[in-house]
Amino acid sequence: MSNLFIKNRDVVVPGEELAEGMEYLPSKGTYRLGDKIIAKKLGLVRIDGKVIKLIPLSGTYEPKKNDMIIAKVFDILMHGWRVDINCAYSAVLTVAEGTTEFVEKGADLTQYFNLGDYMFAKVTGVTSQKLIDISTKGPGLKKLFGGRIVKINPSKVPRVIGKAGSMVSMIKKGTDTQIMVGQNGLIWVNGKKPEDEIKAIESINKIVDNAHVAGLTDIIKNDLGITEEGGQK
Amino acid sequence: MSYDERVDGRGITETRPIEAKAGVIPNADGSAYFKIGNTWAYAAVYGPKNIYPKFLSDPTKGVLRVKYNMMPFSSGGDRVRPGTNRRGKEISMVTEKSLLPVVDLKHFPNSVVDIFIELPQTDAGTRCAGITAAAMALADAGIMMKDMVASVAVGRVDDKVVVDLNYEEEAYENENGVADIPIAMIPSTGEVTLLQMDGHLTKEQLSESLRLAHDSIIEINKIQRKALKDKYEVSKNEE
Repeated sequence: MSNLFIKNRDVVVPGEELAEGMEYLPSKGTYRLGDKIIAKKLGLVRIDGKVIKLIPLSGTYEPKKNDMIIAKVFDILMHGWRVDINCAYSAVLTVAEGTTEFVEKGADLTQYFNLGDYMFAKVTGVTSQKLIDISTKGPGLKKLFGGRIVKINPSKVPRVIGKAGSMVSMIKKGTDTQIMVGQNGLIWVNGKKPEDEIKAIESINKIVDNAHVAGLTDIIKNDLGITEEGGQK
Repeated sequence: MSYDERVDGRGITETRPIEAKAGVIPNADGSAYFKIGNTWAYAAVYGPKNIYPKFLSDPTKGVLRVKYNMMPFSSGGDRVRPGTNRRGKEISMVTEKSLLPVVDLKHFPNSVVDIFIELPQTDAGTRCAGITAAAMALADAGIMMKDMVASVAVGRVDDKVVVDLNYEEEAYENENGVADIPIAMIPSTGEVTLLQMDGHLTKEQLSESLRLAHDSIIEINKIQRKALKDKYEVSKNEE
């Protein structure tokens, strides 16, 4: 006999009993104690058949392989750059992964990436001791010039992107800006006019503050004054 | 003479009025306040983040670091000298040890989670309020924890075992004196993570104290859970 103590999409806190009996399986953010499944994090419950997992509502970014992130150079090494990726650990971009050019040993690396430069990069590896490698070689990966950076909670990133990128492409269209969303919670916004950038940032902050609200796409669409045809009013 | 009526008229197993809220400090990764009577504790959690100084790092797991601080004019008595003091150092250490059994930082080697506990207003029971607020702030920060920790002080005033002593009771004067025991527990299992004792108790009074503390801690845990859920569910209901 198995019992569920919670419903799908309930908010649970650490130590809360989620289910009893061996029929259910504990997954991410939960653990089994005796025949009970208990929450190990603050999050939303997602019941997927017999599997119970938690979707975190807060917390810092945890790097995973193949994540697309925004990184900032904060140190230059012998063989590459040390970058800040908005998490507990810094990452390394090696010369081989940072540029397609041939770079002679001992060359001045600041001509490729200087201190304070931002880039859109991909996580290529994370070790158990959290040594992180990133790369800027690949489609869409590049150094970021101009624009501004917005910081949001990484758990809100999927909402900002929307289903198949619908939300972010709508903001791009509505404000006439370029936007790149890193899975580490950093967002790069670049527009022709500063007002456009500010408008886009306001929309992003609104999404973050109302992440739980249903029909958010329509609200933002209305704010940006986009008509059904896709053009601006 | 026996201690029949408490100085503030509470029942002997009754705590002072409690108010708790999560997410009160926007810049922190997680935060909470826990107010019990005139003892107010604010806790802010930052991290997991880079650890400095580097020699404190542990390659097998993340480190928990607690700073307890009572603000200069927080108590009814003299001005508390600001900055680190022996008492603050000890309480920081016991708070850290009372939270460690539930916190799981094995996925964050060489990093640190910092907890800052500030007490702007105090009236005895500060370490207990601090631990309770810190546990809420940790959960709010999205740290992996197998359960919460809740804490309360119990003790003996004259001949009676009472829950949640205030300063007047702690300073109660007669020939029998007072015993004060701050206790922290993991609510679901009843495991004790903090137990300090000041004063003398009989064996029976100690068992009675532990029993009363467990009951109160379960109640306090319900308040902790409600405060955490409220932060996210209030906004969910606005739909």
